[in-house]
Amino acid sequence: MEKRAVFRAGSLAYLLILPQLLLVFVFFYWPTGAALYWAFTLEMPWGGGNQWVGLENFTAVLKDGKYWSSVVASCVFAFAATALALAQALVLALFVDRQLRGSRGFRSFYVWPYAVAAPAVSLAFRFIFAPETGLVAFVNQWWPGLWNPSINGAQAMALVVLCFAWKWIGYNFIFLLAALQSIPRALMEASAMDGAGPLRRMLDIQLPLLTPTFFFLLVINLTESFVGPDSFGIVDILTEGGPANATNLLVYKIYSDGFKGLDYSGAAAQSIILMLLVMVLTFIQFRWVERRVHYK
Amino acid sequence: MSSISIRNVRKAYGKTQVLHGVDLEFADGAFVVILGPSGCGKSTLLRMIAGLEEITAGEIRIGDKVVNRLEPRERGCAMVFQNYALYPHMSVAGNIGYALKVAGVPKAERERRVAEVARVVGLEDYLSRRPGELSGGQRQRVAMGRAIVREPKVFLFDEPLSNLDAKLRVQMRAEIRRLHKRLAATSVFVTHDQVEAMTLADTLVVMNGGRVEQVGSPAEVYHRPRTRFVGAFIGAPAMNFIDGAMTPDGFNFDGRRIAVELPLARAHAGRPVALGVRPEQVELVAADSPGALPATVDFVEELGAGRVVYADIDGLPFAVALSEETDLAPGERVGLKLLPQSLHFFDGETGLRLGLAESVETSRAAVAAA
Repeated sequence: MEKRAVFRAGSLAYLLILPQLLLVFVFFYWPTGAALYWAFTLEMPWGGGNQWVGLENFTAVLKDGKYWSSVVASCVFAFAATALALAQALVLALFVDRQLRGSRGFRSFYVWPYAVAAPAVSLAFRFIFAPETGLVAFVNQWWPGLWNPSINGAQAMALVVLCFAWKWIGYNFIFLLAALQSIPRALMEASAMDGAGPLRRMLDIQLPLLTPTFFFLLVINLTESFVGPDSFGIVDILTEGGPANATNLLVYKIYSDGFKGLDYSGAAAQSIILMLLVMVLTFIQFRWVERRVHYK
Repeated sequence: MSSISIRNVRKAYGKTQVLHGVDLEFADGAFVVILGPSGCGKSTLLRMIAGLEEITAGEIRIGDKVVNRLEPRERGCAMVFQNYALYPHMSVAGNIGYALKVAGVPKAERERRVAEVARVVGLEDYLSRRPGELSGGQRQRVAMGRAIVREPKVFLFDEPLSNLDAKLRVQMRAEIRRLHKRLAATSVFVTHDQVEAMTLADTLVVMNGGRVEQVGSPAEVYHRPRTRFVGAFIGAPAMNFIDGAMTPDGFNFDGRRIAVELPLARAHAGRPVALGVRPEQVELVAADSPGALPATVDFVEELGAGRVVYADIDGLPFAVALSEETDLAPGERVGLKLLPQSLHFFDGETGLRLGLAESVETSRAAVAAA
């Protein structure tokens, strides 16, 4: 006889998981279902009935040049922010892992940014990078007009990328540091005995063994920067999608089209497309990038 | 090829001192085993030779070069780690050839040398496997291959067999021995397993509490333990100890007396002394035999090839190893006959063997007479 606890009363089991199911339904399936429904209908801006329009919302969105420029902006933002956040976090984690003086303090210090809400971070960035009064305003004294993200699209993009990366470095850092510290010391010692210096050890031993963590962070960072609340909050406070839609990321466009422009249906269609985009992106990562990952 | 000389080496972590001045000389090509209980500083000493631990004080020379301040790679040592420390993301060939790759050896020569080493350690058919796909014994071989491929002057082994099962351990022991004969590099092998130590060593170093207790051949260490610790640590079942005192006419304990060579007894009369007797050097006789210590059998442990009788002399536990069959039952009275030439006496305070100085004089006298 196999010893296993079996609950015969099936209804009890369902009763027990009901609260969780209810939460998932109310906060996930219901809104998703509603968005899906709205995407195929034309919703009245002030409520009160709707009209089935089939794929018209999607064709309208996909034909819109502004939508495509938003896709490009989102991609630029996501890849640049992810690259910057991962690279910086890796450098910091490698230094802290070497147990230089004071690294103990930095270990907790570097995580703090992740604990700060994105709008608060953005507000601070707004003060620091304000072209007239911010801490960096002195560059405009040397060279008037050199820095002004409110009229220069590239600078605005750089600013939101920087802000997102600053916040996410802490998150990536803690994962990378944990991964680095889980590499057995003996491996590093063995490679030292084999004649490898610190840099060589990093390239040949540490980085390859970090790849699983790196891959995980890549997926999380890309997804977060495409659809995460941080991207929205940062853009909302820092640039409001401007100048001239240069930083109008997909998440922000959905919000502004839907709640400011009152185009619920168009926004719903955009959300569906964004969801598909992220799914495809994640699929691509698992299909092609994961192959290069060394699991132990 | 290189000798190793360790002079007054100390190691401290903050205020905790773990090595209290170690002096050792290892001859070129010797197989040295450092044996000791865990925490005795043996691995620390090995890692200091390797360059993985800083040397707090003292001096280590490999060949005629002081290596205190040299990086591990500049010392010409190769090391086999306890858990092998194989690179999990590299193939067997990659693992073995890594040192050559780092050294910038051209690819063709690297492949030739890796193949040759793989043949020596019996891994020709596994070169493209990952360590994760190998058995414990095979991983052990990869670790050895990685060490030999560099043709080092010194081999360091840090308890390399402790993760293997008993059968494999015996087999790998023989292979290490064979390898040493073939390569003739100075080898230092750290272990807490006395069987491993006795079988492998040319020179056996016994350590305890950050100090060297004894250096000698395995037979020397077994037959003439320099301290009570060494006597107790080497040999299974462990040496029996009886605490007592020395008087001019012999060793006294519990109102009994055991006759001792007179010069030894006189030299140490009045001192607290511990008598050590190996279980295999005691004869079991009838309870009433003259000169035998009367004892009661507690239980008998059957080992197949032999058996160990656990008895007690008025409450003092005493083990006797027998090679012949026995039908002793618990509670039976027996006599223990201690053979005079197999008695070890240790000072009750210092733990040092009595007669260390005299025996040197006696042997000198013997040499002079001859």
